[in-house]
Amino acid sequence: MNFKKILPQLLTLVVVILVFGFFSYNAQVNMENRGITFGYGFLSQESSFDVQFSLIEYDGSHSYFRAYLVGLLNTILVSVIGIVFATIIGVVVGIARLSSNYLIERTAAIYVEFFRNIPLLLQIFFWYFAALRALPLPEKAEPIFGVFFLTIKGFFVPAFIWNNLDIFIYSVIAAIIAIVFVRLYAKKKQENQGIQTPVLLISIGLLFILPLLSFLLGGVNASIEIPVIEQLSQTSFTYKGGLKLPPELISLALALSLYTATFIAECVRAGVQGVSKGQKEAAASIGLTPNQVLKLVVMPQALRIIIPPTTNQYLNLTKNSSLAAAIAYPDLVLVFAGTALMQTGRAIEIVSITMLTYLTLSITISIFMNWYNKKIAIKEK
Amino acid sequence: MNKLNFLSPDKNNLYAYLYSGISLFSLSILLVFLNSFFSLDLTSFLPGTISYFLPLIIGFIGLHLIRIEYSGIKFLDIVNKNINTNKFNALLSLLIIFAVIKSIPPLLSWFIIDANFAGDSKDACSGSGACWAYIKTWFNRFMYGMYPNAEQWRINLSFIALAFLGGVGFFATEKFKKYLTLYYVVIYPIIAFLFIFFFISGGPIFFDFSYGIIAAVISIIIGFFIPSKFKMYYFLIIPITIYILLKYVFFYEELIELGKIQAFEWVETGAWGGLSLTFIVSFFCLIFCFPVGLFLSLGRRSDLPIIKYISIGFIEFWRGVPLITVLFMSSVMFPMFLPEDMFIDKLVRVIIAISLFEAAYVAEVIRGGLQALPRGQYDAAKSLGMGYWKMHIFVILPQALKLVIPGIANTFLALVKDTPLIFVVGLLEIVGMLNLAKTNPEWLGFAMEGYVFASIVFFIICYAMSKYSYNLEQKYKTER
Repeated sequence: MNFKKILPQLLTLVVVILVFGFFSYNAQVNMENRGITFGYGFLSQESSFDVQFSLIEYDGSHSYFRAYLVGLLNTILVSVIGIVFATIIGVVVGIARLSSNYLIERTAAIYVEFFRNIPLLLQIFFWYFAALRALPLPEKAEPIFGVFFLTIKGFFVPAFIWNNLDIFIYSVIAAIIAIVFVRLYAKKKQENQGIQTPVLLISIGLLFILPLLSFLLGGVNASIEIPVIEQLSQTSFTYKGGLKLPPELISLALALSLYTATFIAECVRAGVQGVSKGQKEAAASIGLTPNQVLKLVVMPQALRIIIPPTTNQYLNLTKNSSLAAAIAYPDLVLVFAGTALMQTGRAIEIVSITMLTYLTLSITISIFMNWYNKKIAIKEK
Repeated sequence: MNKLNFLSPDKNNLYAYLYSGISLFSLSILLVFLNSFFSLDLTSFLPGTISYFLPLIIGFIGLHLIRIEYSGIKFLDIVNKNINTNKFNALLSLLIIFAVIKSIPPLLSWFIIDANFAGDSKDACSGSGACWAYIKTWFNRFMYGMYPNAEQWRINLSFIALAFLGGVGFFATEKFKKYLTLYYVVIYPIIAFLFIFFFISGGPIFFDFSYGIIAAVISIIIGFFIPSKFKMYYFLIIPITIYILLKYVFFYEELIELGKIQAFEWVETGAWGGLSLTFIVSFFCLIFCFPVGLFLSLGRRSDLPIIKYISIGFIEFWRGVPLITVLFMSSVMFPMFLPEDMFIDKLVRVIIAISLFEAAYVAEVIRGGLQALPRGQYDAAKSLGMGYWKMHIFVILPQALKLVIPGIANTFLALVKDTPLIFVVGLLEIVGMLNLAKTNPEWLGFAMEGYVFASIVFFIICYAMSKYSYNLEQKYKTER
């Protein structure tokens, strides 16, 4: 350790400490002047504001912590929907960009260039304020397949009414665990004896049979509730029963998935192009069928390139879902960093909790990604 | 003469297949074309579903008939190879062609034929098409926000001047080339800031920042005469000393009078807006986030533990949170961290927040480039006796930055696309102005036109940027 190494470190440390000290000193003075005491006790207080759309039971009599949970769940909901659709669209478009068909390739390219060069916020606004506003009023909506109603007030879909839902969920979890074991067994068998097991068929079978058993034996039953039109007043109609997806959720999910899909499409394209041609030729020359080449040689290698950037895109999508605040979809930012902050005035606590939530999410995923990358990295001798 | 087998066309009866195929294909296109442009349905005598799918079936058979490999006709081979390789591709091609033909008339009528261009009130827009009169009326607001109309020439003049000054690099002769980095990294941003401050904002002639500039200029001039061994320490200490001397010891009293003189009318930042604000925010964030990101990436790869972990913490923090919460922080939480009497302008806070946020992304991109360089480059530079800074400035960074041009361009694009988010703190750039105009009672119901207009504007900017970065990448590509 010499002087030249210690000095810059010391300087940096001093500057960082000074900046933090300056900020926290000022914060303390400011809070004293305004008569606020720092603390997270407010979380258990009654929130006394309502949220438009909530997955769990919530009204003004619940605590601020409950409001936080409502926001968090809404964020997760829109992120999951967005991720599912973005993946589907992204994979399809990514493969289309590799197509030998000129028209398909161009269409996919135009889609990608167009949607990724327009700010996401603008797209959300477009869907919410322009496109979805063109939908019919509830009383004039044409049913789709007789049960779905797409109206200006939201998308009304039939809902399931469950009995013993928990048993059904357990059966699905059991099926997933069983599938994992089957896969491990099949892999072992393939490595030891060279015999392939039809894993996919068994998996699909398990996924159907176990939940079916829960219906037959576990006392689970579900009935479907179809939305029915109801008159609120002279001119105002709505649908009762079923599930209502608010237009905010639809436009947000639509914009997020269409925007993120362009990036996922590029990841997929880069991944498949990244597998060298020699690999395919070598696989074909040892007698694998085209399907086997794709499944056993190309996809495992392409996935290694595709998955890390795609996870990054999922993360971006989750973070971008905070734009919900712009169209009043009650996500974490709007409910907690918006309404709750206005009511309590506790800027430091609330903004720090919000940031910490997103930070935890990101860091968990990036730790997982680092682990995954290490696991799948080609081990060179 | 071979028999015609329509299930598997071959080369023997090439022209029979060709003529029948092409006529069927053309017929299908014609049907869709007539249907979409003139709403004529030639096949209305057939049952509904069949009539609806007829063009598709005819076209599909037509494409099937002309799918002949190695026909010897150049055009046919190109068509087959590109849109007609197999049944599935033929079907998709047909669907795309039909979709394009179907979508042209409604788009054309909305954009041009039924659209209203003239007029300056809502009543002028009676047609079913777009109301471009709305964009025309509000154009000034979309470009300049609430900036007073009479003063808008100041924005135009500044932008033209800055564009001109920014283009200096293209005309620099060999002799001045080596100063270009200094110019773009230090001098140009300062000039830009002065333009914005004096011209667009109409600030006083003399203010705190002027001391800084004078101090910087004096210390740079003296700096030329300082031996290079002490230069680093010199530049760490002297500018701050001169600044303090200037501000608190020498001309304090006299200059405070100067500080009250304003050349132009003061326009507060809350009134700025529209596309010009998008440009201002993007421009300064671009300029600031790059050097910060560069230092962060070097810090992250440094072997000094404290610097390394501070950099990692900084980068991961900004990358982990959404920009909107950062802006929230800058608007509601940051003022709590400042002394009561200290006030930082909203726009400045936003620019700092976005710059720090994007700097973390830039840092990660540059780190990728640094990691991609072979160790040999570092070893070679060290073996020549280069120190840390010399090695990085002359050997490592030129190569690493070249590698990451696409990544940096993507980050910059993301930055430009993120600027609309400043609505969180109440600054209205073009998207914000659209939302404002949309709620104006005299102009209700034209959300679509506004968003289409803004989409086109952003698309042009972003697409141009991405093409430019592609050119840059090609220009600096070196064979390895």
